[in-house]
Amino acid sequence: MFGKLTLSAIPFNIPIVMGAVAFMVLGVIAVLGIITYLGKWKYLWTEWLTSVDHKKIGIMYLILATVMLLRGFADALMMRSQQALAYGSNMGYLPPEHFDQVFSAHGTIMIFFMAMPFIIGLMNCILPLQIGARDVAFPMLNNLSFWLTAGGAVLVNVSLAIGNFSRTGWLAYPPLSELHYSPGVGVDYYIWALQISGIGTTLTGVNFIATILKMRAPGMTLMRMPVFTWASLCANILIVATFPILTVTLGLLALDRYLGMHFFTNSMGGDPMMYLNLIWIWGHPEVYILMLPLFGVYSEIVPTFSGKRLFGYTSMVWATMAIALLSMLVWLHHFFTMGSGGNVNAFFGITTMIISVPTGVKIFNWIFTMYRGRVRFDTPMLWTVGFLITFTIGGMSGVLLAEPPADFVLHNSLFLVAHFHNVIIGGVVFGVFAGVAYWFPKIFGFRLNERIGRWAFWCWFIGFYVAFMPLYALGLMGATRRMDHYDVAAWHPLFIVAAIGSGIIFLGILLQLVQVVVSIQQRELTRDTTGDVWNGRTLEWSVPSPAPAYNFARIPVVRDVDAFWDMKQRGVDLKSATFVPIHMPRNSATGFIMAGFAFVVAFAMVWHIWWLAIAGLAGVLVTLIRHAFNDDRDYHLGADEVRRIEAMHGRVQARSM
Amino acid sequence: MNRDFWTRFCRFLPLPATLLLAGCHAALLDPKGPIGEAEKSIILTATGLMLVVVIPVIVLVLVVAWRYRASNTKAEYQPEWSHSNKIEAVMWSVPIVIVSILGVIAWRTSHQLDPYRPIASRFKPIHIDAIAMDWKWLFIYPDQHVASVNEVAMPVGVPVVFHITSATVMNSFFIPRLGSQIYAMANMQTTDNLVASAPGTYRGISANFSGDGFSGMTFKAVAMSKADFKQWLANAAAAKQSLDGNAYRALEKPSENVPVAFYSNATPGLFQQIVQGKFAPGRMVASSDVGGSARSE
Repeated sequence: MFGKLTLSAIPFNIPIVMGAVAFMVLGVIAVLGIITYLGKWKYLWTEWLTSVDHKKIGIMYLILATVMLLRGFADALMMRSQQALAYGSNMGYLPPEHFDQVFSAHGTIMIFFMAMPFIIGLMNCILPLQIGARDVAFPMLNNLSFWLTAGGAVLVNVSLAIGNFSRTGWLAYPPLSELHYSPGVGVDYYIWALQISGIGTTLTGVNFIATILKMRAPGMTLMRMPVFTWASLCANILIVATFPILTVTLGLLALDRYLGMHFFTNSMGGDPMMYLNLIWIWGHPEVYILMLPLFGVYSEIVPTFSGKRLFGYTSMVWATMAIALLSMLVWLHHFFTMGSGGNVNAFFGITTMIISVPTGVKIFNWIFTMYRGRVRFDTPMLWTVGFLITFTIGGMSGVLLAEPPADFVLHNSLFLVAHFHNVIIGGVVFGVFAGVAYWFPKIFGFRLNERIGRWAFWCWFIGFYVAFMPLYALGLMGATRRMDHYDVAAWHPLFIVAAIGSGIIFLGILLQLVQVVVSIQQRELTRDTTGDVWNGRTLEWSVPSPAPAYNFARIPVVRDVDAFWDMKQRGVDLKSATFVPIHMPRNSATGFIMAGFAFVVAFAMVWHIWWLAIAGLAGVLVTLIRHAFNDDRDYHLGADEVRRIEAMHGRVQARSM
Repeated sequence: MNRDFWTRFCRFLPLPATLLLAGCHAALLDPKGPIGEAEKSIILTATGLMLVVVIPVIVLVLVVAWRYRASNTKAEYQPEWSHSNKIEAVMWSVPIVIVSILGVIAWRTSHQLDPYRPIASRFKPIHIDAIAMDWKWLFIYPDQHVASVNEVAMPVGVPVVFHITSATVMNSFFIPRLGSQIYAMANMQTTDNLVASAPGTYRGISANFSGDGFSGMTFKAVAMSKADFKQWLANAAAAKQSLDGNAYRALEKPSENVPVAFYSNATPGLFQQIVQGKFAPGRMVASSDVGGSARSE
């Protein structure tokens, strides 16, 4: 009846896990209780969960990413403390089977359920506003994408309480991830969490490509698109090009595990190394799917806070395109040590290095944008300067790893771990925080507390160096990654320093949470009434904060890359005298319900509850078909209603003529 | 240069200091063989070359950001200035030049330091088969018919050709102080050519996560004089247990933190049988369908 699922799947005997589960369950109960107490269920359902408004979906992505950041960071703290303790006779507090789950969950969560939701959240919140569109191309699909991603995230967390998570690293290399070596449900949780969220991400890619290519305001030619839009376009093209590879690869692994096939097994002619190739053909572009949009974020922030046009816009666009293309030609650098030989290794080493050229150009572009500007060091700019320094160092260690013989000794070492945290924290995470600080007033209508934001920045910045510079050194000392215990005395002090560093970063995260709470309390003091808090340059600053549901009462006409800056220079009046009805998409529960059924399918597959999987799949299809027959999908917001909303923001011209 | 700049600058001083400090114990910066030496020199050369750009860039970021801070109204302000062919030419060409040099290094050294490439020496190389198991390393000396677990000995100055495979999941065979690692993969054979230039006991590891016993999957790589090596072989040959198919099957059972052990009379051709998957768990097919070198040579 319940497949492999029995009560013994709940790890009652492991206090650390049960503690985390209790914490999680209490948290969920508390949230549900508060909602019930406030009587907000209907509001939540109609205004948020079923919303097809890209801005609200964006906010839900940001919340999901924040929650998962906390979860992933808890894993990081556990790893750092375990490695600070587990030297010599001290085995630390995490046995291998638990430690292995912790680092697997950390990587999986941070990439798929922290970084991805953050960047997709930022795209959702800002991108349509930036190109002068009223929504994304497929609003209902956008809602479905979010819920599929959330479903995957929930599944990962469910694995903590029921069963266990994968113990095979964030990419689940076979044959370790095959049934013979990983007979439990951990890898299955991993596979199905990534499958449902991966489909969500692919749909997001389709949605944003269509949005950017088809829905730009009149006058916004490709070469007048803001760089964030350009970078997001490239990232979404990479999503559509590569996420299907992930889906197929995990599908093949699932066939091995469920139907006894032999794509990646040791026996019967299976080839595990094929998996390594396939997963990295997706995996390397994935790095740039994360990084490119944040290059875009920096390219918005630097000109705004320098009060100056972006230096070398054309170079920036071509550099972004070049990186997107090259990112698909470098995957083999993740396994130079497979023994491919000089020619192959050299080819992939050199293509990897070539990526540093357009990336280097971008760094110079940002420097020369500040040059002869008037640089204001508000928190978004602080994060950006922190990024410029940190990312440059991370890029350097990356190019070093691209030299195949250097990689022969540094591969899989803590030097590598330090490198990718150097670029992912220094590049992606700092970029996300810069972007959130920058656009927060646009998204929520009030500013984040500046002073606490600065403290948080310095904690992250200093904490990063304290946590990861020792890992570079440890890598050079021959320490490999994923050890739950070691016996080399010289490593011990450096692991302790790294643990202190992670503590400093933790302080930064706590400060950020305090910052949000304090900012909400002080929102009346920092409310943005103009819609243009930073003296911005692009169209999102031309609408009120937060933007009304329809974004633009009147679609702007674009004449320059810095469209809003140009409008301000020309003295274009943002007020309108006449209003027209606006065609709007209706909210829909379809996405939530479909993703709910998809989650049921995934959970049933993990536990081999076949009837439930079939029922869930039927649910997905029925919901889809039902939606196809639903003709009541849109409505018109009347001109008077638009006028009323615009008047609230002081954007109605008196009809004098 | 004003004081704030220097206080910022000083924040980064501990960074190279950490690395230098680590250098005292750093396996990769104190190699004991020519392969490791060459790899160390690539690491240092490439880092040095990149620092030529990276240090000025970081300084430039701080200087420009500070010089053009909003409160410094004396600095020039050109809000519309956004293009300069000269600057663009420089900012594309500097990375191109550095990457070209690094690319040439990559091309040449990828071939020179290919782990498959035999090491030139006046001594005849010795062959050692290395098999990654759950969670220990088995070393077979095919010409001397002895075997050992978690300890591998080699004479100083004599090239060693390691033939590597896995009896289980993927691992990576790595002796950091000697140089290049290479994957150990089931049903496949990889090759790693190494040589030790000084006597000593060096740490050997698996550098690819392989499950619960992974952290304890270390071995001792002992470089010794030729006389000592002979003695070591003689000791191994005197071991009571011999390595035949049954002993191998017993050894294959997963075990953790395994102490050093020796075997005499290693069955000839055992390594090839392992590569061909004769011992693979749940094996059901004839041996002709799999096996062979990871790379055709």
